Amino acid sequence: MNELVASFGGRARRIARRIFSRPRIDLPLAIGLFALALAGLTVLYSASNLNTSMVAGQASRFLIGAALLLAVSRIPPSLLRAWTPWFYLLSCILLLVLTVLGEGRGADRWLDLGVIRFQPSELMKLAMPMMIAWYLHPRPLPPRWRDIAAVGILTGIPALLIVKQPDLGTALLVVASGMFVLFLAGLQWWKIGAMLAALAGAAPIAWHFLHDYQRERVLTFLHPENDPLGTGWHIIQSMIAVGSGGLAGKGFNQGTQSKLEFLPEHTTDFIFAVLGEEFGLVGVLVLLALYVFIVGRCLWIAANARDTWSRLTAGALGLAFMVYVIVNGGMVSGFLPVVGVPLPLVSYGGTSAITLLTGFGVVMSIHAHRKWTP
Amino acid sequence: MNGHGELPDERAKRARFGRRALAGFAIMLALVLAVAGRFVYLQVHEHAEYSTRAKANRVRLRHLPPPRGLIYDREGKLLADNIPAFRLDVIPDKVQHMDAMLQRLAMVVPLTDDDIRRFKQGLRQHRTFEQVPLKFRLTESERDRFAVDQWQFPGVSVDPYLTRNYPYGAEFAHVTGYVGRIDEKEQARLDPDRYAGTTHVGKTGLEKQYEDLLHGTPGYELVEVNADQRPLRVLQRVPAKPGRNLYLTIDERLQRATITAFAGQTGAAVAIDPRNGNVLAMVTVPSFDPNLFVNGISQADYSALLDDPEKPLLNRAMRGGYPPGSTVKPFIGLGGLELGLRKPDDTVLSTGTFYIPGVARGYRDDQRYGAGRVNLMQAITQSVNTYFYSLALQMGIGRLDQWMAKFGFGSPTGIDLPDETGGVLPSPEWKRKTFKQPWYPGETVISGIGQGYWMVTPMQMAHALASLADGGRSYTPHLLAATSEGLETPETPYPQAPPRQLTHDPADIAAVMQGMLGVVNSPLGTAYKAGIGKDFPYLIAGKTGTAERYSRTSEAYNTNRNAQYLAERHRAWFICFAPADHPQIAIAVVLERGAWGGSAAAPIARKMLDQWLADTPPSDRPPPITTPATQTAAAPITP
Repeated sequence: MNELVASFGGRARRIARRIFSRPRIDLPLAIGLFALALAGLTVLYSASNLNTSMVAGQASRFLIGAALLLAVSRIPPSLLRAWTPWFYLLSCILLLVLTVLGEGRGADRWLDLGVIRFQPSELMKLAMPMMIAWYLHPRPLPPRWRDIAAVGILTGIPALLIVKQPDLGTALLVVASGMFVLFLAGLQWWKIGAMLAALAGAAPIAWHFLHDYQRERVLTFLHPENDPLGTGWHIIQSMIAVGSGGLAGKGFNQGTQSKLEFLPEHTTDFIFAVLGEEFGLVGVLVLLALYVFIVGRCLWIAANARDTWSRLTAGALGLAFMVYVIVNGGMVSGFLPVVGVPLPLVSYGGTSAITLLTGFGVVMSIHAHRKWTP
Repeated sequence: MNGHGELPDERAKRARFGRRALAGFAIMLALVLAVAGRFVYLQVHEHAEYSTRAKANRVRLRHLPPPRGLIYDREGKLLADNIPAFRLDVIPDKVQHMDAMLQRLAMVVPLTDDDIRRFKQGLRQHRTFEQVPLKFRLTESERDRFAVDQWQFPGVSVDPYLTRNYPYGAEFAHVTGYVGRIDEKEQARLDPDRYAGTTHVGKTGLEKQYEDLLHGTPGYELVEVNADQRPLRVLQRVPAKPGRNLYLTIDERLQRATITAFAGQTGAAVAIDPRNGNVLAMVTVPSFDPNLFVNGISQADYSALLDDPEKPLLNRAMRGGYPPGSTVKPFIGLGGLELGLRKPDDTVLSTGTFYIPGVARGYRDDQRYGAGRVNLMQAITQSVNTYFYSLALQMGIGRLDQWMAKFGFGSPTGIDLPDETGGVLPSPEWKRKTFKQPWYPGETVISGIGQGYWMVTPMQMAHALASLADGGRSYTPHLLAATSEGLETPETPYPQAPPRQLTHDPADIAAVMQGMLGVVNSPLGTAYKAGIGKDFPYLIAGKTGTAERYSRTSEAYNTNRNAQYLAERHRAWFICFAPADHPQIAIAVVLERGAWGGSAAAPIARKMLDQWLADTPPSDRPPPITTPATQTAAAPITP
């Protein structure tokens, strides 16, 4: 009996040593992610009206994500880089399949593979920075104009497919993650300025291609009081929730705005408002600090990586992660229009949590292999 | 730095990246600080304002489910109605101990195990602050008893609602179908905005087929509530838009007359207006009371319906497949003419037994020593098998199938009801697919008299007959004639598919019709003895069919056995249309247990014709002809 326990204990120790020794995961980043997941589950527990099965479902997705993170972190970056074009191609094909299958069914972002259902656009959020980094890896930096054009095509095709879903918010985020790679690759400031100016000039043209509901969202954002029952209702109720939370919040499970169903989508896109209502400004700042810490750590890992692909990928993933937080935070506080962007690792939802953690697996791999020649 | 042995270029790259990463981090930090600043503004500076607004957040959105559209027959009789009723609702959030509360409540308002089971299922479908229905259609005394004890049951309330009611009960169960509580699967499929506040959805029949028309658009109310969330007053109200009313082609009087004529015998009948495909009657016997299903049928009632050997839930009129027997003969005879294989006066010698050249097995005629030389008209009138055995062999199974498929055999007619079946049109491909067996010439022979693998629904039979009666024009049968937004607004005709012309020579149809007139009106006709053409103001053209339920074990066949014995072995068909010169109704009747088509099924068809053409002739029908029917019909037939 004792032997059995001892041998089991020994085995567990060996497994633990293998996971936590070489190649090592970055402990500060892991702790940051763990703390974030824990905070996310706590808020979700309250936001879902103490629905344990929902929390258990989310926790199991975190576990799947964590397993993928550990698995990916053991793969050398050179191998990940070699797989990148295939991963990108697969994501594009899935988006294309969705466009073909989803024809005429309204806003359908889900691909149903029988066993699992997921959003290919979430996959693209990970594939995009990896692909642009793969493209720029062997080329001279800062990027030349023709490289910028190539990057434009690589980001443009999947972005158009996502816009067609239609999911403008995600499309913009996917484009942004590609642009971050260009930025980190040292694109000259004057070129950045020129591109931004061109973008501002193109905005009125893009307006014509927006869906009615997308224009409506922008207009509602500008004048929320005009539409107190539609999208404006979301913004007003969300601002009331956040504002009434005050400095210290109303306390766990005490938020009237979410409990009495004034706040829509309170387990998904608007979960940040639940946090603001129940944990107040203190809770909001703690959560934001946690995000900033995670992103800072990502950038530090990127700065210490050994090759261009690793640096660009880790850096862009970190910046994109931060952008999700800023867009979602801006949305629930009435600062930005309502776009369906979840709060990373806090909003209820499977694909997002799993792909984000897989992305951090890539960052971990880059960190773990910084000293060894692959 | 870890850059041992790095190239100078690599070091420059790394330094440049470091600068960019720092710049990126700085930009992100600035944006995060801006968001944080926004939260500070809302949560500190504006806190008092929003705190007040949260406390005063007393305006609730209440969904108003739309009243379901009503269903009328062609004369404006109400077949599906909404009647006010009361139900018991529970808000789970406000109940501390659900099971204990239910036990106490059951002492005030009787709750069955079914109620509790369904309620528990409802708890999973609704969110905890939403009302979950516990018991529908409270009686007045239940309401009174609960009103006295209501204070003991926080979170439980009696609420008015509109419930579906089918005033004619079993008469139209297989036509209108019924609505039922939305289940978990439907919950996932239905548009949550359109079905906000709605508890029921069409489950079968027209209720399911035209769910989209019947449902309507929900409205909403902005209600001010007090701190306990009790409504104080309505601030704004956008009323729900009721679903569209449906006006059917079906006639309640004909439907009732048909059911009465069946006198409880298991079977089905369909009547179609050949001129437009309007379904006038669609009867299945036995039927069931659709009202049982509306608010959840009890397990006991449901088991009783499922265990009934006569299967009342089976919609025989469009899902019951029966071997058609001799009723296919007019269609096959028409095929012989249209395909140019026979002329109306070509004769075949019937000797009592038909042999495929070179094969020993014989195929029997109904008359032991045959009917002698018969042409097409005589073959139909006397239902002479040999004529059709030889015709089927001459056509070959390929051409026979192709021809019969034109009349809709082997595929659903496309009537506007869900889950119609298409029967079986036997073909070598079908047999290979189903039994993995080859096709034998003998099977072609018996296909010619509607035996073998044939399966036809009464709906298909009536549809094919209506096409023949209207000069070979085929209309898709349909029940919905028109819709309207309400009683005040005019009816909008519901669009129908244009007809298809199936035949090319009107003389061919006239020849077949002569034979069918003989069936009813010639003394040699198989339905003559039933006397259904007597004392009727119009000429009736028909055809009998008697198909065997079981295959015989021996060649010996004794037609003198008593009717009871034969009835157990036979399916009796009768199809007819009238007036023969200007058909306005085509009827198919089948009895699951009938001795002979002529004697058992034909009288039912006659009672339907009486109702539709003789007893209450509506203004748009032609005046009765004066010559007695039997005389005009007897002329062309030479015994």
